[in-house]
Amino acid sequence: MKFGVVIFPGSNCDHDCYYVIESVIGKPVEFIWHQDTSVQGFDAIVLPGGFAYGDYLRTGALARFSPVMSAVGEFAQQGGLVIGICNGFQILCEAGLLPGALLKNVGMKYVCKYLQLRTETAQTPFTNALSKGQLLHIPIGHGEGNYFADAETLKRLEDNGRVVFRYMENPNGSIHDIAGIVNGGRNVLGMMPHPDRSSEAILGSADGKLIFESMVNALVTK
Amino acid sequence: MKVSDELLSQHGITESEYRKIVGILKREPTLTELGIFSVMWSEHCSYKSSRVHLRRLPTRGPAVLQGPGENAGIIDIGDGLAVAFKIESHNHPSYIEPFQGAATGVGGILRDIFTMGARPIAAMNSLRFGPPKDVKTKHIVEGVVGGIAFYGNCFGVPTVGGEVVFSNCYTQNPLVNAFALGIFRKDQIFYGRATGVGNPVIYVGAKTGRDGIHGATMASAGFGEDAGAKRPNVQIGDPFMEKLLLEACLEAMHKGLILGIQDMGAAGLTCSGCEMGARAGTGVEMELDHVPQREQNMTAYEIMLSESQERMLLVADKSREKEVFEVFHKWGLDAVTVGRVTADGLLRVRHHGEIVAEIPNKALADEGPVYQRPLMPPASAPGGKFDLYPFLDGCSSLAGVFLEADANPGNQDYNRLLKLAAGSPNLACKQWVWEQYDHMVQSNTMMGPGSDAAVIRVKGTKKALAMTLDGPGYRIARHPREGAKLAVAEACRNIVCSGGRPLAATNCLNFGNPEHPEVMWQFSEVVDGMSEACNTFDTPVTGGNVSFYNETLGEDIYPTPVIGMVGVIEDLSLVTPSSFVDAGDAILLVETAQLLNGRVDLEEEKALQNFVADAIRRRLVKSAHDLSEGGLAVAIAESCFSNFHRKAEGAEVEIPSRNGVCRDLFGDYTSRIILTTTEPRELRRSAENAGLACLDLGKVGGRLLILKYEGHRAVDIAINELETAWRQGLPQLL
Repeated sequence: MKFGVVIFPGSNCDHDCYYVIESVIGKPVEFIWHQDTSVQGFDAIVLPGGFAYGDYLRTGALARFSPVMSAVGEFAQQGGLVIGICNGFQILCEAGLLPGALLKNVGMKYVCKYLQLRTETAQTPFTNALSKGQLLHIPIGHGEGNYFADAETLKRLEDNGRVVFRYMENPNGSIHDIAGIVNGGRNVLGMMPHPDRSSEAILGSADGKLIFESMVNALVTK
Repeated sequence: MKVSDELLSQHGITESEYRKIVGILKREPTLTELGIFSVMWSEHCSYKSSRVHLRRLPTRGPAVLQGPGENAGIIDIGDGLAVAFKIESHNHPSYIEPFQGAATGVGGILRDIFTMGARPIAAMNSLRFGPPKDVKTKHIVEGVVGGIAFYGNCFGVPTVGGEVVFSNCYTQNPLVNAFALGIFRKDQIFYGRATGVGNPVIYVGAKTGRDGIHGATMASAGFGEDAGAKRPNVQIGDPFMEKLLLEACLEAMHKGLILGIQDMGAAGLTCSGCEMGARAGTGVEMELDHVPQREQNMTAYEIMLSESQERMLLVADKSREKEVFEVFHKWGLDAVTVGRVTADGLLRVRHHGEIVAEIPNKALADEGPVYQRPLMPPASAPGGKFDLYPFLDGCSSLAGVFLEADANPGNQDYNRLLKLAAGSPNLACKQWVWEQYDHMVQSNTMMGPGSDAAVIRVKGTKKALAMTLDGPGYRIARHPREGAKLAVAEACRNIVCSGGRPLAATNCLNFGNPEHPEVMWQFSEVVDGMSEACNTFDTPVTGGNVSFYNETLGEDIYPTPVIGMVGVIEDLSLVTPSSFVDAGDAILLVETAQLLNGRVDLEEEKALQNFVADAIRRRLVKSAHDLSEGGLAVAIAESCFSNFHRKAEGAEVEIPSRNGVCRDLFGDYTSRIILTTTEPRELRRSAENAGLACLDLGKVGGRLLILKYEGHRAVDIAINELETAWRQGLPQLL
């Protein structure tokens, strides 16, 4: 089992994700450079938080053109596990691997704080260690986390149980309080909150670890 | 070239300085040379007014690996690791253009850290503004906070703490002091030295533009009516570029490709070139035609003085030049050889085939003018009506209410007063500010903004680092020497309360016009007070920055030295919060034998800190919070308020009766700490053995904050109601 953490120019949670996988859940992990054209040999891919390409033009809008993203797209199509956290979620939306878009927060400001998430489904490879309705203490840190999708897309997400996490108190104006969603194949998760920052009790919460552990469970039983 | 008086005055060069320049060159300078001297000999770069005083600060100690004189100070934290840290001002640019001024202040201090080979892992900032109701102040606060967030968040360094203070004297001259700290292995330190004759001098990072020309000179003069016209002197920051520069520099360093490196901050190419040569005793020859430029037809003068951001100058071994280029190109950055190291000790600059400057590096870097400026105590210190209640300074609407209560303590509504104090600009929760900063990136933050000291764990060890900024301007204006001691004492106390041992300090000395003898007197007194205190606490000063000319229209700011203190917590399990932990815990007040106001007895303070440090090591302490502005009532309330990890906890407390209820609740007396514990008896016994007073005040718990005074409930308020006032204070004002 090997995790890969993609480094885009401007990624800044790459080391945090790497640390959690290697030192907290104790699984093999390697960095993947954005110009790599293959992700062969990896079992799960993490698109970390940060400001890929400086968030210039629009968050994620340039990163989707990185050579590695076509490889990640194919990997996802073949059922590979992909998790995009924060900026990674934005990139997944821009790349069309997840529907919808992340707009500027309604407060127009970057917000960094701990908050509560409700788990909406345990039926994903990212939440199998959680139970439906379980509350998680996980921090956010973003200026563009206001999830938006058109009515039809939203209906599809809701009807198919693809909304994975919802905010208990909406910090950014996200429609339906959405904090994280999966794709139709349920193997690609995008979420704004940071499980990588909340996987150790000394940092205030170890709830985020459950998401990485779910991925490990899914890979073991695969 | 004819050098006129007008030209000299535009460059801020005095007649005697000019004669010295001619003496060094043995000829008249070219315009480019005059520009180079003007920035290198500016107050900002040369420390010409402060140098004679700064020598009195203690700078050595067992933990110090690098003291002042390099890009940042370095201390040994054990486990083969070292940390580099420093604080620097960006006051003038932040008044002219708050957003970019503050952003580039953050960018500059981060480069100072990673230029030494350390990865920045924490940032803090100390901010001072005029009263928040002022319209211009709102704009400055919004801009400064936005700029810090913009730069730090994108770069990926957590902004873990700092201070925000409001007072009238900063209305026209806000203070923006940025601190950064980085970590590395202690055998992998890099210095700004141009070593090895014949080695290439390589320019990396962003292209050079016309921005920020004479930024250093601007920071070396006061503002008149036309401050806004200086906006083009402010640089523009690009944190994405800086992030790439960080990764590329560290990668090149780890591959062993770099011999010497220095960032291009104030005075840009000029400063990095001549300082690297001067430190190594070598010459540096540069060909400006090779410098990457983003504008056309730039003159040699402009290229040498530009303060465009996100640039570095480095020296590599000549056999490994190509490898350097490869690393920087991988990160999409320019890397160009612009010159060579020479043996002649000269900064030689060519442009379009001609030599446009040729100056000994040492003359620029080390032989600038040094002034022993006249000192004179001011005729009278500023009025002392807020001595007991310094939070009222800059908050005129509340001052009357509290001074009335001070004079007639008997018949007051202390519930109301406590709510007013908690919601006042200087005491209110600063969440509005720090929620805009990413304070968690890098996943090390154990205690972030709002605690006595910020605490981050050190990955790969069982240690944590504690850090804090303190600069009590009002106190220092009242009594510079005592105020400086208080600043150091409080900074150390904050570290101790978090479970740490203070190791070393950095300082940012913000003062008015050094040509005013009163200002130089304040400066000299502050240095003496700081020296005495740093000697007492064994916390040498490893570097920092002096910012003079903080005046507008002839009005000087308060002398405002900001102390940045760094300490080590030996084990993660010793990290101690300032908030109360569990209902039922006993609340104790530990204090020195004398109750002092506005001054500190350093020996007694040290005994207090040693006692608390020892008690934490013996695991007798569940929370520790130092008493500061707002006194006992506000300190207890702060410890009650909710945080993410627990809901608000009330408390029932007996306030010791000494100087009248208003003073006993809100008075700012020195050297006091509130502890909570399950072992009150053992703590009291140890405190008494140490010659300290230790009073059992009451217990944590309930939904109310009850403060009893002489048998009555002076305060009896729902903790949630009080917390709302505290949290809403700042957003309501801004």
